[in-house]
Amino acid sequence: MDKQAHNNGMHQELPPPKMQVGFAGWIRKNMLSSPTDVLLTVVSIYILYKIVPPLANWVFFDAVFSGDVKHRNECREIAAGACWSVIVARFEQLLYGFYPVHLRWRVNVTFVLLFVALVPLLYDQVRGRKYLLWFTLFYPAFAFVMLWGGLGLESVESSKFGGFLLTVLIGVTGIAVSLPLGIALSLGRQSSMPLVRLLSICYIEFFRGVPLITLLFVASTLLNYFMPPGTYFDLLLRVIIMVILFAAAYIAEVIRGGLAAIPRGQFEAADALGLKYANCMRLIILPQALKISIPGIVNTFIGLYKDTTLVVIVGLLDPLGISGATLADSKWQGLSTELYMFIALGFFISCFAMSRYSLYLERKLDTGHKDQ
Amino acid sequence: MMSNIWADKKSRQTIIQIIVIVVVLSLIGFFVRNTLNNLELLGREASYSFLFAPSNYDINQHLIEYDSRSTHLRATVVGIINTGLVAFFGIMLATFIGFVAGVSRLSSNFLVNRIAYVFVEFSRNVPILLWILLWHGLIVHNMPHPKQAIAAYDFAFLTNRGIYMPKPLLEPAFWGVVVALLIALAGAYIFYRFARQKQELTGEQYPVYWVNGSLLVALPLLAFWLLGFPAELEYPVFKGFNFKGGLVLSPEFIALLIALGVYTGAFIAEIVRAGILAVSHGQTEAAFALGLKANLAMRLVILPQALRVIVPPMISQYLNLTKNSSLAIAVGYMDIVATIGGISLNQTGRALECMSIVLALYLCISLSISAFMNWYNKRISLVDR
Repeated sequence: MDKQAHNNGMHQELPPPKMQVGFAGWIRKNMLSSPTDVLLTVVSIYILYKIVPPLANWVFFDAVFSGDVKHRNECREIAAGACWSVIVARFEQLLYGFYPVHLRWRVNVTFVLLFVALVPLLYDQVRGRKYLLWFTLFYPAFAFVMLWGGLGLESVESSKFGGFLLTVLIGVTGIAVSLPLGIALSLGRQSSMPLVRLLSICYIEFFRGVPLITLLFVASTLLNYFMPPGTYFDLLLRVIIMVILFAAAYIAEVIRGGLAAIPRGQFEAADALGLKYANCMRLIILPQALKISIPGIVNTFIGLYKDTTLVVIVGLLDPLGISGATLADSKWQGLSTELYMFIALGFFISCFAMSRYSLYLERKLDTGHKDQ
Repeated sequence: MMSNIWADKKSRQTIIQIIVIVVVLSLIGFFVRNTLNNLELLGREASYSFLFAPSNYDINQHLIEYDSRSTHLRATVVGIINTGLVAFFGIMLATFIGFVAGVSRLSSNFLVNRIAYVFVEFSRNVPILLWILLWHGLIVHNMPHPKQAIAAYDFAFLTNRGIYMPKPLLEPAFWGVVVALLIALAGAYIFYRFARQKQELTGEQYPVYWVNGSLLVALPLLAFWLLGFPAELEYPVFKGFNFKGGLVLSPEFIALLIALGVYTGAFIAEIVRAGILAVSHGQTEAAFALGLKANLAMRLVILPQALRVIVPPMISQYLNLTKNSSLAIAVGYMDIVATIGGISLNQTGRALECMSIVLALYLCISLSISAFMNWYNKRISLVDR
C-alpha cells in the first residue's frame, strides 16, 4: 500500500471538474446550459452560417479593391463580389464634394483643429484647459473663414460643399447651437410666466410634430415668401437653421425630463440661499438636470447627425447626394450597395463613438445618489 | 422708481412678458407682410381652390379609386392612406423585431445575446434614409427580372419590380364570415368575463385560452364552409414582360417597410430591454416564491410592470416611425409628402398652400397621438399611497 499523501481526516485537494472551468466550462455555462439553450445555440450558429460567409465573401474575398478599374463591367470580369473601385474612384468627392482641389487642405486643417477645440469640452482633466477653452470659443469664426474664405483666403461658394464635409458641418453646427437654444426653451416651458410658457409649448409641439423633411421643404420652397422681396440667402444656411430649430425642440423636451426629476427642495434651498433666478439655474438646477439628461441629449445629437442625410432631398450634395450622382453615371450604374454600405460605415463609426462617449460621461458623473 | 418696478417680481414678469409678446408679434407681422407682398408681386393670392382641379398625374399604389383625372384633394387622400398603410405595417414589424431583439439582448445564451447586440447597434447607428435607399437598391438591382422570378412554392414571386402574391377576391357573401368573426369575438369576451368572475368567486379555473382560441378560429371557418367558400385567390400570371393580376407589393413599399421596421425595431429593442431590467429582481423572486411557473410569473408579474415602463417611449417610437415614413419621397413611394407636398406642389406652384396642408396633416397625427399618450400615462401611473 502506498504511503498516504495527506494527513488523516483530510483529503487532498482535487482539481475542479473539467467541464466546470476554463473554455469548456464557459461554453457549457453560456451556450449549452439547458435544452432550450442548446436549441438557441444551434439556431444562432445556423443563422450566422447563412449570413456571415456569403457576406464576408462579397465584402472581402470576392471583391475588387483596385483603383485601376474604371468601369463596373471590368469589376464583374475580375470577381463576382463587391466592386469597391467605385469608392476608390469617388473617394475624394465623397469626402469633400466639389470643394476646389487645391483648397482642400483648408478643410483638413479645420477638421483636425475641430478635435483640438473639442478636447477641453469633452475631457475636463486636460492640462492647459483654460487656454484651450479660449481656442474653442474662437473656433467657429476660424472655421467659417477657413471653409468659406475671406480675410485674404480665396472664397468658396457653399454650393461647392459636399460629401462628409457637409455632414460634419451641418451636424457640428446643429449640435453646438441647438443645445443652448434647447436649454432656453426648456426653461421657458417651466417658467412661471404664462405667455412665455405658452410660446415655448407652441414652438416645441410644432417642431416635434412635423417631420424634418417637411421643414426642409419649407426652408427650400417657402422661406423666400417670408423674406422681403429680393432677399436671397444661401440654401445651406437655410437648411442649417432649420436643423437647429428642429433639434432644439427635441433637446428642450429631453431637458424638461431632467428638470422634472429635480426635487422641489433644491429650488427651495436655492431660494433660501437668496440666489437670483439666473444663479439658481446656473449653479444648482441645471448642473443636476443636465447630468440626468445626458443620455437623452446625446441620443438627440446622434439623431441630428443622422438626420443630416435628409438634406439630399432638397438638393444638397451630402454623401448620399454624391452617390446619387455617381449612380447616374453609366460607368458605375447599379453599384448602390457598395456606395451605401461605405457611407453606412462612416455613420456607424461616428454615431457609435458618440454613444460610447455618453456611457463614459454617465459613469463619470454618477455620484451614486441614485437609490437602487 | 424704475428700479422699484424691476425689483418687484410681479411687475418684472409683466414687463418681460410684454416685451416677449411685442417681439414675437412683430416677427410674425414681418413674415406675414412679406408673404403678402411676395404673393402680390407674383400676382396671385393664397387660395385652396386648386384642390378641386384635376391632378393630371398617376399614382401607382392607390387603395381607393384614383386616376389622373381625379382632383388634387383625392390625390392627397391617396397619400394619407399610403402613409397610413406603411406606418401601420411598419409598426407591426417594428414591434415584432423590437420584442424579439430586446428579449434576445437579455438572453443568457452568449450567441443570441451577441447577435442581437450587433443587430441593434448596426440598425440604429445608421441613418434611416440610408437604410431605405440600401434596401431599395438591393431589390431593384439585385433581384431577378420578372422572367426569372424567384418563386416561393408558386405562390409568391420575388422580382426586381416587387413581390407578386395571390389576391383574395371576396364575394358579397363573405360578409357572413366577417359577421361570424364578430360574433366569435363577442362570445370570447363574454366567456372571458364569466371565467374570471367564476375564478374570483370559487377559485375554479377554466381553460380560457383554449376555448376562446378555438372559438375564434372555428366559427369563421364554419361560416366560410356553410356559405360555400365565398372567396377565391387570383394568382399572378406571367404575361409578356411582367406579371399580371394578383397583389403587388412595390419595391418602394417593401424597402420602406423593411427599413422602417428594422430601424425602429432596434430602438424598441432597447426600450424593451430597459423595461424588463427596470422590474426589480425581488419581483421575480417573489413570484417564484408564490409558486408561479416561469411563464405565469412573466405574464402576471413581470410583464405588467415592465409594460408600464415600455409603453410610453414605444408609442413615441411609433410616432417617429410615422414621421420617418415621410422619407418615402426618396424612393418615390407616394405618401403625403410625395403627393400634395411633391407633385401637386410642383404642378400648381402653390408652395404655400401645399406645405401648409402637409404640416397641418402631420401636426394632427402627432398631436392626437401625444394627447392619447398623456391620457394613457395618467391612467397607468402608480398611485402613491
